[in-house]
Formats: sequence, C-alpha cells, structure tokens
Amino acid sequence: MAFYSTNEFKAGLKIMLDGEPCNVLENEYVKPGKGQAFNRVKIRKLISGKVLEKTFKSGDTVEGADVLDISLSYLYTDGEFWHFMNNETFEQIAADKAAVGDNVKWLVENDPCTITLWNGSPITVTPPNFVELEITETDPGLKGDTAGTGGKPATCSTGAVIRVPLFVQTGEVIKVDTRSGEYVSRAQK
Amino acid sequence: MTSHSAFWQPTASIEVLQKRALLMRKVRDFFAKRQVWEVETPNLSSATVTDEHLQGFSTEFVGPGAALGRTMYLQTSPEYAMKRLLAAGSGAIFQICKAYRNEEAGRWHNPEFTMLEWYRPGFDHVALMQELDELVQYICGTEPAQRMSYQQACIQHLQLDPLSCSLDTLREAATQLGHGDLAAKEEDRDTLLQLLFCDGVEPHIGQIRPCFIFDFPASQAALAKLNPDDNRVAQRFELYFRQLELANGFHELDDADEQLARFEHDNLKRRQQGKAEKPIDPYLLGALQAGLPACAGVAVGLDRLFMLALDKPKIRDVLSFDIGNA
Repeated sequence: MAFYSTNEFKAGLKIMLDGEPCNVLENEYVKPGKGQAFNRVKIRKLISGKVLEKTFKSGDTVEGADVLDISLSYLYTDGEFWHFMNNETFEQIAADKAAVGDNVKWLVENDPCTITLWNGSPITVTPPNFVELEITETDPGLKGDTAGTGGKPATCSTGAVIRVPLFVQTGEVIKVDTRSGEYVSRAQK
Repeated sequence: MTSHSAFWQPTASIEVLQKRALLMRKVRDFFAKRQVWEVETPNLSSATVTDEHLQGFSTEFVGPGAALGRTMYLQTSPEYAMKRLLAAGSGAIFQICKAYRNEEAGRWHNPEFTMLEWYRPGFDHVALMQELDELVQYICGTEPAQRMSYQQACIQHLQLDPLSCSLDTLREAATQLGHGDLAAKEEDRDTLLQLLFCDGVEPHIGQIRPCFIFDFPASQAALAKLNPDDNRVAQRFELYFRQLELANGFHELDDADEQLARFEHDNLKRRQQGKAEKPIDPYLLGALQAGLPACAGVAVGLDRLFMLALDKPKIRDVLSFDIGNA
C-alpha cells in the first residue's frame, strides 16, 4: 500500500486513519516561528461520515486508503442487500444497509449511483443529485394555490417524504434534489 | 501556449503592489531617521544553517576555481553575513532581502519571501523589542504591544509550567487539545511545546494589539544568549499579531565556542533523525572569535507585516507572484 507524506495531502486524497478510510478536505501548513512545522488537516471519515481536524508533524507519512468511486445502476433490493450493476460489463455488486444508509429513500431503479469501494467492498452509496419520484400519497390541495406557500407533505414510491406545493397531486412524478431533500419541480413528461 | 498560460496574472492586485512599494519606503525611512544604514549581503553562501527545522535550497556554482561545481546554499536569513559585518565594525545596520526556505508553503508561507533584519550594537533584546514595537506601530498603525514571558503565556493559556512540567503533562495537555495520537508517540519535549504553543497559546494572544513573547526555553535558544539570571531560558523573543508570527529576535550569542557547540548539537539531532548534516559556516565562527560587539538583532517577515498593514488574509495577496505561478 502507498504511503503519503503531508506534502502530498490535498483535497480528495484518501488515507487511513484509526482503521477507517478518510477523505482529505483541507490541508493547512502551520509553523510556530522557529521549530517544528505542522499540517492542520480537515478530514471526512468515509464510513461514519464524521468530519474532524487532525494535526500532523510536517513530513509525517500516512497509509493511503484503497478507495475507489464507481458509477453503477441500481437494480433492486432483496430486503437485506441493495444490488447494483455495471451497465457495460453486467457485473453486479451488493451493498448492505450500513453502506446505503439514509440514501435508501432516493434509490430508483436504473438510476446511476456512485458506489464508493474500500478494498473492493461498498462503503457508501451516493444517489444522483436529482431523482424523479412518483407521489403515492398526499392530501388534495386547494385549487388556485401556487408554489411557495408552505406546501404539504407527500409520500413517494421510495418511502421518502417531501414537502411539495399544494397543487401537486397523488400519482404525479416530481423532481427532487437528493442533497437537500427538497422539491424542485414537476418532472418533464 | 500551455494550460498554465491562463494563470499569468499577479497574485496581488497592482493597487496592493503600489501600496506595498509605499510601505517599503516607510520602512527604509524609519531606519534612515535612526542612523541605521542599509547593507546588502550575498544570497548564495558556501555554508548554511544547521537548524533541524530549516531546510535550505542549494544550487551549483560552476566557474573559475570551481570547474567541477561547488554547492552553494540560498540564505534562509542574512544573519551570518550581517554578523560578519558587525564584527568588522559596521555599527547599526539593516537589510531588506529575499530569504529562502524549502518545504514552507501555505496561507502564511511562501518558500521565497522578503525579510527585514537589523542589528543594534549596545542594545539588549528588551531595547530591541521597544524599537520593533515602534516600527510596527509606524507601519501598521497598531497600539503599543503587550509583553509576556513564554512561561507566563503557557501558565495562563495551558495551565502548565513549560520549564518544569513533565513530558506526560505536556502529552496530557496535547491530548486535551485533540492531538492524542501525535502526543502518544512524541518523545521530544520541544515538539510538544511547539504544538501546544501553536494550538493552545497563539490563538489567544496578540488579538487586539501585538504581543511579544520573550524568554523562550533554553532548548529553543537558536542563536540567543541564555538569561544570566535563569539559564533555563534564552534571551530570545517573538512577536505575534492576529495568529501571525511576525518576528524573531535575539540578544545575540557572541561566544564562538558555545555557538560551535550548538551547531554541532543541531547536526547530532539531524543525524539521529536520519537527515543530512549541514556544513557549519567557518566565516561566522571566525567573526565570533574575532569579536562580535554586544548587540541584539531581529528578523521580520515583511510580507506578513504588509498583510497586516493592508488587511489581507493570505501571503499571496501581497506578493506579485507566489510559488504557484512563479
């Protein structure tokens, strides 16, 4: 496995810390006048999602993490695993509940998702930034209302509950931003 | 044309560079009024510093007398050459020059930077702190600086006595600041102290007015005299303002034997860490043997002083071109 010195740290580098793969977010060089220099590094732990600051002596080395992002299509879930497929090789990978986490509510069949692999196993599943979901249940809104008046909750086919404008009805397909969890528009037909 | 061509523009604006030129004139003016004269010394030197935390650049001189090439070092500061001038009878002198330090780049660092350094025969570090304070007030419009010993600062902000506490106490304090992993395997007292100072002291001092820290531990004396009343500390000071370290000064060590012993100790530490030893400057030792007048000297990071005067958050904001597009 490769080792990286603090001089090689930059946003996006994957390193091992406390036995967990991490993504480097920021790297700042600090030196107290004369004396030892340090690097103040901001890191996101890829499994727990925790963001923390860690200080290294400049020049120290850290083990790299064998982490890879790949794009796969979501197929289906058998209740225990969520299955994804590479559309070119037809190779399939199964992610467990821990890897899918809260993003389960954004998984739509055939949507391209980013799967982060650590030593070949999925650790996180990231849905596309925008997904289209069918509304399975929402209160009928009052006629004449327009977007921006506070809206109402709507339950979608994947189980996600989104605030939608009052005019959106059960059975319609809507576009949602998965990063904020917010309604964007009605889907284009 | 390459993709780099798009980044030809200066990192500082022309307006800032013009203000920088005016500030530079004010600095020269400050010394002219005080009869401190300006000198120039070589950037290239046959020897370099032994300090384990300073990495010099080197290059090769080829020419008469050096047909096969001779290693020359870019100065990390003009200190040695200026001390040779002092020993030769220069009197009070200052210099504005480039200094070069490898492996240092970031928000507050550029590997090539502008240094102001001056020496005052007859001054001790206390008198020199006063003169530096006046310069900073003149350039940055700051209030008079606060003064605090290294020991006081650590007691106040870290609740420990840096001169007498145990290594475990230092480790504990570092762990409390969130550096448990680093502290657990660190054997060097000074490294821990420097980490604690960076994270536990610097953010709390010199926020409203600049702050001098003086009487550093003897193990961090560098080229300063030890305090004759308490040899656990050295007559070295640093100036901090808003998280920036601005200057480092000494009541200058003038004992050639003691200086040689410190250089050799530096090289011993380098060997122990698997780093290359550095050639000790024979000309500096010769000057000290001939007699350096009792004096104090200080080096100021001029780019940083200008960052404060012009209210700029990054060193690149006051440089024409930083290392990224030099």
